[in-house]
Amino acid sequence: METKAFQKIYTKISKVTKATCSLHATDVGYEEMALVNGRLSQVVKILGDEVTLQIFSGTEGVPTNAEVVFLGKPPTLKVSDELAGRFFNAYGEPIDGGPAIDGEERQIGGPSVNPVKREQPSKLIATGIAGIDLNNTIVTGQKIPFFTDPNQPFNQVMAMVGLRAEADKIILGGMGLTNDDYLFYKNIFDNAGALDRIISFVNTTEDPPVERLLVPDMALTAAEYFAYDKNEKVLVLLTDMTLYADALSIVSNRMDQIPSKDSMPGSLYSDLAKIYEKAVQFPAGGSITIIAVTTLSGGDITHAIPDNTGYITEGQLFLRRDTDIGKVIIDPFRSLSRLKQLVIGKQTRKDHPQVMNAAIRLYADAANAKTKLENGFDLTEYDERTLEFAKEYSDKLLAIDVNIDIDKMLDTAWELFRKYFKPEEVGIKKEFVDAYWKN
Amino acid sequence: MKEENKTKGKVTGIIANLVYVEVDGPVHQNEICYIYLEGSNLMAEVIKVMGEYAYVQVFESTRGLKIGADVEFSGQMLEVTLGPGILSKNYDGLQNDLDKMQDMFLNRGEYTFALDNDTIWGFKPLAKPDDTVTAGDWLGEVKENWMSHKIMVPFIFKGQYTVKSIAAAGDYKINKTIAILTDSKGKDVEVNMMQKWPVKIPIRAFREKPRPFIILETGVRCMDTLNPITEGGTGFIPGPFGCGKTVLQHAISKQAEADMVIMAACGERANEVVEIFKEFPELEDPRTGRKLKERTTIIANTSNMPVAAREASVYTAMTIAEYYRSMGHKVLLLADSTSRWAQALREMSNRMEELPGPDAFPMDLPAIISNFYSRAGFVYLNNGKTGSITFIGTVSPAGGNLKEPVTESTKKVARCFYALSQQRADSKRYPAIDPIESYSKYLEYDEVHEYLKEHFGKDWLENVILTKDILLRGREAYEQINILGDDGVPIDYHLRYWKSEVIDFIILQQDAFDKIDASTPVERQKYMLYSVLKICEAEFEFESFEEINPYFKRIINLYKQMNYSEFKSIEFNNFEKELETVILERKK
Ligand SMILES: Nc1ncnc2c1ncn2[C@@H]1O[C@H](COP(=O)(O)OP(=O)(O)OP(=O)(O)O)[C@@H](O)[C@H]1O
Ligand SMILES: [Mg+2]
Repeated sequence: METKAFQKIYTKISKVTKATCSLHATDVGYEEMALVNGRLSQVVKILGDEVTLQIFSGTEGVPTNAEVVFLGKPPTLKVSDELAGRFFNAYGEPIDGGPAIDGEERQIGGPSVNPVKREQPSKLIATGIAGIDLNNTIVTGQKIPFFTDPNQPFNQVMAMVGLRAEADKIILGGMGLTNDDYLFYKNIFDNAGALDRIISFVNTTEDPPVERLLVPDMALTAAEYFAYDKNEKVLVLLTDMTLYADALSIVSNRMDQIPSKDSMPGSLYSDLAKIYEKAVQFPAGGSITIIAVTTLSGGDITHAIPDNTGYITEGQLFLRRDTDIGKVIIDPFRSLSRLKQLVIGKQTRKDHPQVMNAAIRLYADAANAKTKLENGFDLTEYDERTLEFAKEYSDKLLAIDVNIDIDKMLDTAWELFRKYFKPEEVGIKKEFVDAYWKN
Repeated sequence: MKEENKTKGKVTGIIANLVYVEVDGPVHQNEICYIYLEGSNLMAEVIKVMGEYAYVQVFESTRGLKIGADVEFSGQMLEVTLGPGILSKNYDGLQNDLDKMQDMFLNRGEYTFALDNDTIWGFKPLAKPDDTVTAGDWLGEVKENWMSHKIMVPFIFKGQYTVKSIAAAGDYKINKTIAILTDSKGKDVEVNMMQKWPVKIPIRAFREKPRPFIILETGVRCMDTLNPITEGGTGFIPGPFGCGKTVLQHAISKQAEADMVIMAACGERANEVVEIFKEFPELEDPRTGRKLKERTTIIANTSNMPVAAREASVYTAMTIAEYYRSMGHKVLLLADSTSRWAQALREMSNRMEELPGPDAFPMDLPAIISNFYSRAGFVYLNNGKTGSITFIGTVSPAGGNLKEPVTESTKKVARCFYALSQQRADSKRYPAIDPIESYSKYLEYDEVHEYLKEHFGKDWLENVILTKDILLRGREAYEQINILGDDGVPIDYHLRYWKSEVIDFIILQQDAFDKIDASTPVERQKYMLYSVLKICEAEFEFESFEEINPYFKRIINLYKQMNYSEFKSIEFNNFEKELETVILERKK
């Protein structure tokens, strides 16, 4: 970034910590950007004439006589249709060797949509994966993360969902992506011939972690441009939000803030909500849908990061390996899409809600039977049937390699009900049993 | 106080939305001030004063704010504007009318008037000249939607006044003088249809606040039947994410027998509020046939809206509730989620580097929560009429662990406890209210016993207690079966468990998204409870435990079909008949 001639240059830094430096300066705006020896930084505190800057790439090697230039504006992104097909770093600078973007310069992390102006999310997003479409149907304007242990193939699932989702634009916000995963996304989008619909803002593991903090806002500013200005259906993929939150805690710890649970900052909920709440359905038809990844440690969803996320997002998709069938499934117990009731049984077949619930209930019965078995008890004949059902249900519907339409998912569920149960055992409204229980 | 003597100040420090202001005159705690920034005014509240410095929390983003910015103090605390026109409005946490804002995005520093200056209201006087009146007394009324909206002596009026004149019945706008009152010193004051009140101070214009005793019908079976809340009662719903707090609150808001419903969406999802915006204008209030929106006011301060205004939002909501209670209405106030409000307090307290209490929440959190809940209640107004505020808040405990400060503080003050259980939610047993952990303290009130005897039946309370016992015994039996195995326990254990399952599936579980099952009137609740209890008390013949499961599944299935059918419809009756024959198969 260039410095302009009239800008005042400061050369006396009075304090340096691990993440920040302070100096005496005047006429500085809160959240304004600055360059400290060329490193991008942002104003996080002003007391009298003492200004504290958070340096994104860290303060290693910053001398007290570093050159500090204030840029007179908060972080911005230039938006225009030229963004399509391009790859950027966390500052919104091209990393694909292409030219700089020409467009309107917008502040990132801008204001919220007035809630009364929002439209209710209502368009189903079909992914072909029954663990999503049947059990946890998602809609445009929704925000939902995958909860997954780091060893699950979440990037593959994300990319697949992204490509099948029929979005006008797919915006990838990569935080702490390994270089291999970055190349994976690049290839898969390329192979699908979708590159012109993709925009990526990427912070890889090789970049300083604190830079990640800019990625979601960059991605969402681009998303707002396409969704609001251009009325497009935009899908934003954020991976991995756990690494984003880790960066938040690095900053707050270095700034000596009082940590709350799991050494996360007390504002974690608000910080994450500001990002996820950018998901929106605009009345003119454009929408921002956010699908994120929150990696768990040892499946623990009570940790502050997944916990706060769960309180913010509209459900979660839980990836788990089912050892009985040797496949990765979307776990029906911990997964949930809260917006599914806006579409299931309305845009999908009427029996959808009941079939979905009945199957999950029977799957729960199977889980109980399994516990019995593990505790060394005899199984009843019903228990045996639920176990058989659960295996086939998992294989034919829960596994992430399923790719069928929703009617087929429902028919498959009915087939399984009929194969293993009697009508009164599934507890479905009579009208549906009459219609679909075919012999 | 003279206008031109307003205190002014300059910004001297900025840490996120905490701003230090050096002042040139007196300021008071919780006073509102405005910070000038790029042509707009950012509203802020004084939260601490140290010598010449006021610490203010800004209700907006402080991006771009600079040292030296001008500040002007208003001399007022955070206030709401009260008057006809509040019903059906959508406000933010500071009572800005969201519908009056033009842009798609919320502009910083944009404040809109809470009422409508140009609406004409048909006024009818209720007081007459020479009447002696005090704050809160009814001077007249207008029709707001279908409700009688009382125009009252402003709550800030102290002592007794005499009505000098009152407007004749007719059409007026809110700022038209409708009465002239004379105070004890002979000074005349004009009163119009609107007044202001600081949100942090309770409105106390009532004679007394007895213990509440009337059951508030919600149509939610596991509340009304098992743990009812009263008109003027307090309750809270803690639960891990995704267990059904919001769905339950929405169900209550749609179905409860209240005159007015205020929903404070405090730091939660915007899409959930949109759901109300879109559905309530369409949905009918089953009792009045009017649209639900007509009796509802929404305070939306969602999680992406300014954090400091989150705290204000619950007070704004409560003050509006108190205003309508003073008119003799039954107000239902719902806040989702009170934890977000507590978190807003925590963020600020940490920024001020106060000594933290448990989990870094401020030390006085329990007192703040208790003061807030105590503003609800059933009251006798000065004219002998009654009014009530029933308050139900949700709590979002970190990690779903109820041993945390917000849950614990709330438990000390709220009288009904509706604990949502992760396990029940996981197995889709909605609403996931744990029947054993949850309670209603009102079931211990003698006044409530009297009420139940009269309105629910002489033996109702006994049956409720019996139902709870059956559930408890069922759970114990289930645990034994799990420990000892299906055939390691007497057959009777299975029977006990399955009887409790009938109650669970038929009384407790309720599909909030089914047209018929969503709301159950008390008559139907009684009918179903008596029916289910008959089965629970009957003796059955079984050879082996393996026969019990399929048999009870059939019973539950038939009952469920009944729950999905119109009460006493042909369908309903047919299922019931079929049920009777099934019961006879095994009954001793
Ligand atoms: N009574 C019910 N009937 C059917 N489904 C329900 C019921 N209650 C809850 N659910 C299901 O559970 C989901 C989550 O419920 P809800 O949004 O109320 O959770 P919550 O406790 O408010 O979560 P959070 O704390 O994250 O806001 C709903 O979207 C719905 O699918
Ligand atoms: Mg909720």
